Amino acid sequence: MSYLSIRDLEVRLKGGGRLLRRVSLDVARGEVHGLVGESGAGKSMIGKAVLGTLPRSVEIVSGQILLDGTDLLAMHPAARRRLIGATCALIPQDPLTALNPAHRVGPQITDRLVDILRWPRAKAEARARELLAEVQIAEPERVMRCYPHELSGGMRQRILIASAFAAEPKLIVADEPTTALDVTVQKQILKLIQAMQERHGTALLFVTHDLGVVSKICQRLSVLYAGMVVEDTDVRTFFRAPQHPYSRALLAATPKYTDPTHSLTPVPEAVIATVRAEVAEADRRAGA
Amino acid sequence: MLDGRGTIRHKAGLRLWLSALWLGLLVVLALGAPWIAPKDPLAQDLMLGRLPPFWVSGAEPGYWLGTDSLGRDVLSRILWGARLALTVALVAGTLTCLIGATLGLMAGFLRGASDLVISRLVDIWMAFPPVLFSILLVAVLGPGLFSIIAAIVLIDWTRFARVVRAEAMTQGAMDYVASARVAGRGRIGTMALEILPNVLPTIGVLLTLEMGIAVIVEAILSFVNLSISTDAPSWGGMIAEGRTSVHQAWWVLVFPLLALFLTVLSFSQLGEGLKDRFDPVLR
Amino acid sequence: MQLLQTIILRLITTAVTLFGVAVIVFVVIRIVPGNPIAMMLPPGATEADIARLSALYGLDKSIPEQFAIWAGGVLQGDFGTSITTRQPVLSLVLGRLPATLELAIMALVIAVVIGGVMALTGTRLRGTRSEGAIDVANGMALSIPDFLWGLILILAFGVMLPVFHISGRITPSLQLPFSTDFYLFESLVRLRFDLWADIVSHMFLPALALAIPLSAVIGQLLKQSLKETMHLDYVTLSRTKGYGENHVILHEALPNAILPTLTLIGVQFTFLIGGTVIIERLFSYEGLGNLAIDAVINRDLPLIQGIVILFAAIFTVVNLVVDLLYAALNPRLRHA
Repeated sequence: MSYLSIRDLEVRLKGGGRLLRRVSLDVARGEVHGLVGESGAGKSMIGKAVLGTLPRSVEIVSGQILLDGTDLLAMHPAARRRLIGATCALIPQDPLTALNPAHRVGPQITDRLVDILRWPRAKAEARARELLAEVQIAEPERVMRCYPHELSGGMRQRILIASAFAAEPKLIVADEPTTALDVTVQKQILKLIQAMQERHGTALLFVTHDLGVVSKICQRLSVLYAGMVVEDTDVRTFFRAPQHPYSRALLAATPKYTDPTHSLTPVPEAVIATVRAEVAEADRRAGA
Repeated sequence: MLDGRGTIRHKAGLRLWLSALWLGLLVVLALGAPWIAPKDPLAQDLMLGRLPPFWVSGAEPGYWLGTDSLGRDVLSRILWGARLALTVALVAGTLTCLIGATLGLMAGFLRGASDLVISRLVDIWMAFPPVLFSILLVAVLGPGLFSIIAAIVLIDWTRFARVVRAEAMTQGAMDYVASARVAGRGRIGTMALEILPNVLPTIGVLLTLEMGIAVIVEAILSFVNLSISTDAPSWGGMIAEGRTSVHQAWWVLVFPLLALFLTVLSFSQLGEGLKDRFDPVLR
Repeated sequence: MQLLQTIILRLITTAVTLFGVAVIVFVVIRIVPGNPIAMMLPPGATEADIARLSALYGLDKSIPEQFAIWAGGVLQGDFGTSITTRQPVLSLVLGRLPATLELAIMALVIAVVIGGVMALTGTRLRGTRSEGAIDVANGMALSIPDFLWGLILILAFGVMLPVFHISGRITPSLQLPFSTDFYLFESLVRLRFDLWADIVSHMFLPALALAIPLSAVIGQLLKQSLKETMHLDYVTLSRTKGYGENHVILHEALPNAILPTLTLIGVQFTFLIGGTVIIERLFSYEGLGNLAIDAVINRDLPLIQGIVILFAAIFTVVNLVVDLLYAALNPRLRHA
């Protein structure tokens, strides 16, 4: 029984084109599920649809998002928000803009616990200290009193990770959590997310364009093209024998450290034509 | 456009046309005042004091919008007052624009000593309360059309100077200016032929807005009885009289106020409309 | 240390500006064609009388000499003597200043409240027709200057629907127990709510007239910066924590959007103070501005000088205070 189950999710630009084309996927408890694709393929859109943070210019047309069997889209917005706040969390892409510059760090970790989950403040603060120590931040007390601009990008991402795990969520959406960081820091952060995920047994929806990252931390993955899932499989199968021509091309296009000159093959025109045709076919059937 | 911005933009276009229409009408009425005005704007008749407008009982035929306490025809005075308001708007606006824009261009493009002096002057000017300063100037220069215009020019040149200076600095840093200089054009030539055309839309918008401000300043000066001679027709003077007798004869206040309101609103809406259409800088 | 240096530098430029203002006013009002002394004497006064009185007020000396004497006096707190009332300028001006300050501050509070509510409502309702309506209302409020708003308010709430007073600062027949000139403030402190209500009923329309254009400026800018802030990641993150739209706008976006608005309020507040001159006249409110216009009409040179310098000083002090507030409120500057 999967914890998150997305069924035939259809998202459109208001009065415009399709952004997600009947997307379905499942994430089991404690499982790490990768969402890969080029930029604009709709992988972030899925995370936003789950967390209810889609931009106003976009609307969900049809489909279901089941969280532990409850259909989020059928809920009253306020109730859904509280449920999301209590059971899910987001690790955002850019640590530099994801902490509010006007507030100290501490309250930004504890706010959900105090305001939404009604924890006593002292308990929430103790929890925050514990989590900061867990993400290997020395002097949690001092850091909690800092303003975000006083801390480095890597530090801020650690804080955001700690904050995401604060309420022991069942599901975390990580939206390209390492893309905005220095290469040296990227690896540490990735390891940290993995370690935290394993320790807390949290399901993780991991949005990335980097298949290398997927191979390291994911158990399953969905490959997206133009808002359509072209392949949904477990990681081992995928890297051994990708089924879809687009997946194969994507895999071929991923740089390998062992053979850098060979690796930068662009996705061939013919493959692009194939997926485009599939997308057109899907649109035709949706229209019919 | 689904977010409603389309309709707003459409309304903005409508506002632009309505403003232009009112101002055009006003110009015609002002020019034709000697022929259109039903009465002599200065003729007093104490027997006909505070007559109400035509639809209220007690009105006298021929006095469409009523009379003031001295029996002068409100409509005729508004029409003659429009001449004063528009003259001030046109002359003071243009002069302010010419002087302010020139100083701003010099400060912004030539920089150096001229910038130092002009910027310092602007700072000092900003520390004056403008209304008080204009009243002071008119009191010093003596009432009259010349004084009003001089006061407006002396006070408001900074509006143009500040904006044009900033804009000339931005333009001056651009490549096309450097290439014009390389091509052998002199500093003054570059300023007049390269910078000025690019700042012109901004200046045009400021000029429109300034005309509205000039109309208001003239009204304020007439209101404190410092504009032209006291019984010559001016909107501000009429408003001052209407203010004192507002409980007895509301029409003496309402009609000139309406004329002033529409004119000021039109100038500013016209300026805002032009800004949206043509000016990439202020927008 | 940094802050101290900035303050000292600002004080120096302030002094230079005030000196410039003093020189300009001094020179301008002495080119005046009408002789103020001749105006204060009864008709038929002899040339000798005029000369004697001119000497008494120091008006027979050259302009630089007069300036030196005046500036020397100012440094000792002596701004000269009003020609019309024959009272010290300083006490006259300080007697009227509280009325103007109370009016300006009340106007500022009204403007911040209206502008803030407009911006927050506009942000909350963004993308709807109501947002468009708020934008249009803002544009109108901005196009009409305070003088016209004053007249419109007089007609609307003084004549057609007479709920407020349109003349003066307080009903003249009332017994005033006040020991300062801050009537509004003191009536509160003395718990005389009857007097307070009367004062507010006199002040409300002029304050509103001053406030409307400023509220439009605040509304527009605050809404703009809120709009930009609402796209940032920390706002999204806050939504995923389970917070609703109201909390997100007030707690996450507002503290960041408010800073640019604050600097603008400073500049605009000086415009508002400048506007009190004509608004006080319009509502016959006994403040500094009304005194100033009387002084100009009566050619009371020392009084004009004193008032203009005071206005300029208020302007520059307001700007200084805003800069300091900005530094104090911005965590980036506070800890840098």
